Amino acid sequence: MFYREAGDFKTSYTDDSQTFPIKFDRYRYYVVLAVAFGIIPFVINDYWANALLLPFLIYAIAAIGLNILVGYCGQVSLGTGGFMAVGAYACYKLMTSFPDVSMFIHVILAGGITAIVGVLFGLPSLRIKGFYLAVATLAAQFFLVWLFNRVPWFYNYSASGQINAPERDVFGIIITGPNAPAWATYIFCLIFLAVSALIARNLTRGTTGRTWMAIRDMDIAAEIIGVNPLKAKMSAFAVSSFFIGIAGALFFAVYLGAVEVGEVFGIQKSFLVLFMIIIGGLGSIFGSFAGAAFLVLLPVVLKVVGVDVLGWPTDIVAHLQLVIVGALIIMFLILEPHGLAQLWRVAKEKLRLWPFPH
Amino acid sequence: MKLKLATAALSALMAAGPALADLVIPDLSYRTGPYAAGGIPFSDGYNDYFTLLNERDGGIGGVPIRMVECETGYNTEKGVECYEATKGEGALVYQPLSTGITYQLIPKVTADDIPLHTMGYGRTSAKNGDVFSHTFNYPANYWDGASGAVNYLLEENGDDLSGKKIALVYHNSAYGKEPIRTLEELSKKHGFELVALPVDHPGQEQKSQWLQIRRDRPDYVLMWGWGVMNQVAVQEAANIRFPMENFIGIWWSGSENDVLPAGEAANGYKALTFHNVGTDFPVFDDLQKHVVDAGKAAGAGDQVGTVLYNRGLYAAVLAAEAIKKAQEISGNAEITPSEMRAGMEALEMTEEKMAELGLANFGPTFSVSCENHGGDALVGVTQWDAANKTWTLISDFKQTDGEVIGALIDEDSAAYAAENNIEGRC
Repeated sequence: MFYREAGDFKTSYTDDSQTFPIKFDRYRYYVVLAVAFGIIPFVINDYWANALLLPFLIYAIAAIGLNILVGYCGQVSLGTGGFMAVGAYACYKLMTSFPDVSMFIHVILAGGITAIVGVLFGLPSLRIKGFYLAVATLAAQFFLVWLFNRVPWFYNYSASGQINAPERDVFGIIITGPNAPAWATYIFCLIFLAVSALIARNLTRGTTGRTWMAIRDMDIAAEIIGVNPLKAKMSAFAVSSFFIGIAGALFFAVYLGAVEVGEVFGIQKSFLVLFMIIIGGLGSIFGSFAGAAFLVLLPVVLKVVGVDVLGWPTDIVAHLQLVIVGALIIMFLILEPHGLAQLWRVAKEKLRLWPFPH
Repeated sequence: MKLKLATAALSALMAAGPALADLVIPDLSYRTGPYAAGGIPFSDGYNDYFTLLNERDGGIGGVPIRMVECETGYNTEKGVECYEATKGEGALVYQPLSTGITYQLIPKVTADDIPLHTMGYGRTSAKNGDVFSHTFNYPANYWDGASGAVNYLLEENGDDLSGKKIALVYHNSAYGKEPIRTLEELSKKHGFELVALPVDHPGQEQKSQWLQIRRDRPDYVLMWGWGVMNQVAVQEAANIRFPMENFIGIWWSGSENDVLPAGEAANGYKALTFHNVGTDFPVFDDLQKHVVDAGKAAGAGDQVGTVLYNRGLYAAVLAAEAIKKAQEISGNAEITPSEMRAGMEALEMTEEKMAELGLANFGPTFSVSCENHGGDALVGVTQWDAANKTWTLISDFKQTDGEVIGALIDEDSAAYAAENNIEGRC
C-alpha cells in the first residue's frame, strides 16, 4: 500500500538509477541517517557505545571490505584479521610519530597502507583460486600476526609487545584514549561507516563493480569479453583491504585502546568477519550491516536475557550462547543460504504487493 | 508476552535499583574457553570469601557485599563489555585476572576513578603509584617473580650462576614477554646465559621448543605459561626427561591443573608463589561451615584449597581489608570507588592482621603507599609432590632484587607517563 513504485515518477536517468528507487525506502533511509547522526549521539552512554555500537560500526566496515572481495569479486580470503592488524599497527605508528595530525588523516592513511599490503598478498590470486587462494590468504594472516609480534619496531619497543592508543583529537575533540566522550567516538566511527558504505555501494554498481562480478561469475568468460583480470582482482584486493584497514585502525584506536596482536587479530577474527558476510549475505552492502549487527548484538542480547533477566550462572549462559549462535548459523545456512539480505529482499517483494498479493 | 517481558525487565531494574546500598564487587571471571581451568578456581575462591563475610559477619562494617559476576572468556572485547556493564553499579574494585584486559582497563579506570587490582599479573610498572594512580599490583609482580626465581637458583648454587644456562619458555603474549627484560638484566648481573623460547597461544604445540631444550641442555628452565600451555609443558619436560626439580614455573604455572595430567612424572616440579598453599588455616573451617556446608559455594564447590582457589581467596581478603581501611579513613560504611582507592593505597598487611583473619603466614607482610603500589615484593617457592598430590612451600617469602627491578620500573613507567602526559602526584 505504501511500499510501491506506482505514482513515484522519475524524470531523469539519475533518479531512475538511485539506490532506493521506492519513496518509502528512501524516506526510511533518511530517517535512519537522521536518528544515527541526530538523536543517538545525544542519548548515548559508555555502555551503549563500547559494548554495542562501536563494535557494530567497526565490524560493519570490515564486513563491507570483505564483502567486496569475497561477495563481489569471488576471491575467498581468510586474511581479514591480519589486514586489520596492518591497519591497527599503521595507525599506531602514525599516531605516535605525528601526534599533531588529525585522527581522520591517520585512519585514512592506515587504510591506504593496508591497501598496499592487501595488493601484495593479493598477487597470488592471479594464478590460484578457490580453496588454494584461501590457503594463501591464510598464510598472510599468520605471517602478519607473526611479524607484528616479532619485530619490536612495530610496537615501539614496549616491554610487553602491546600497543596502546595515546590521546588524540579531531578539531579539539578527544577521539582516542580513556577520556574520549562516548558520543565523539560513536560519531567518528559512524562517519567512517557512512562514507565507506556510500563508496562501496557506488563502486559496486558502477564499472568497477561490474568487472568484479564478471570475474566472480566466470573469470575466463570475463577475460574474453574484455575485462582485465589483473586490474579487476587487484582493485578488489586494494579496495577491500582499504576498508578492512580502516576497520582495524578504528578497532584499535577508538574501540579497544590497547591491542595484543595475537589475541585481538588472530585467525578467529578472520572467521568472525567471514561469518558476518555469509550470514548477512554475500554480495550485498545491506548484508554486511545485517551480518555485523547479528553477530555483535546477539551474544550481548543473550547475555542480558540469561544473566541479568533470568539470573542464570554466567558460565551456563556463555555455553548456551555458543550453542544458540551456532544453531542459528546452521539454520540460516539451511533455510536461507543467501543470508539476511535475501530475507530482506523477499520481505520487500512481499511488501510491494501487500495487502493484495494476487 | 510483550507485557511479560516488560515486567520482567522492569522487575530486574527494580531489583537492581535499591541495591545501591551494597558494596558492589564485580567479578570478571572466565569459566569458559581455553583458560577456564585457571579461571574457575580463582573466581570460586574470590566469591566464596565474600559469601563468607556476608554469612558470618553480615558484610563489611555492617554493609552487605554484592558480587556481580561477568563472563569474559579471557577475551579482551568481552572484558571491555563486562567493564562497561558493571561500572555503573558502583563497582569498587576490578580484578580481571588477565593481562590483556588489564592493559585495556588501566587508562579506563583512571578516567572513571575506580581502582584496579592486578594481583601478580598485569603491567609490572604499575607498581609505581606515582604514575599509575588507580592500578595496584601488590603483593608481588612478574619482575619480582623473575628475580625470585633467579634468587632461588642463586641460593641453590651457592650464590653463583656464572656460566649456567637458563631457558625461559613463555606464552607469546604481553603476559609472557613481561619477565624477559628483567631476566636479561639479571643475566648480565649474575653472568648466566638466557635463552627465550616463545610458545604461541594457546600452547598445545611445544614440540619444537622442547626439542631445542633437549639440544641446548639448559641447566634450568623457567616458564611463564597459562592454561593448557602449562600441562603440555610439564608433559613435554617429562618426555625429554628434563629433571623436574630444575623446572620452575611462575605462579600462574603452578596449580594442580598443570601437574596432575603428567602424573608421577611431574614429581618435583617447582613454582613460585606469593601466598601459602593448602587448607591448614582456621579460615577454611569457617568457609566449610558457613559457605560450603550451607550450599552457598560458588561454582561446583569442589575447588576449595587448590592453589588458584587460595589465590582468589587471598585477592578477596586483600580487597576486604582495603574496604575496611577505606571505611575507616572516610568514616562512612558505604564507600565510593574513590574512597576504596584511598583505602587500597593505605593498606597494610601485618602478621597480626593475617592471624586475626585466620590466615597466619598465608601471605607475606607488606604495606602500600602512594609511591609503591606493589607491596614489598616477597616471593616464595612451592614444590609438587605427585604421590600425595600436594604442593608444599619449600622456600619462604623472600626479598627480590629491588635494585634491578626498581630501575626497570622507573624506566617503563616514565615512558608511560611521557606517552600519556601524566604528572607525578606523590
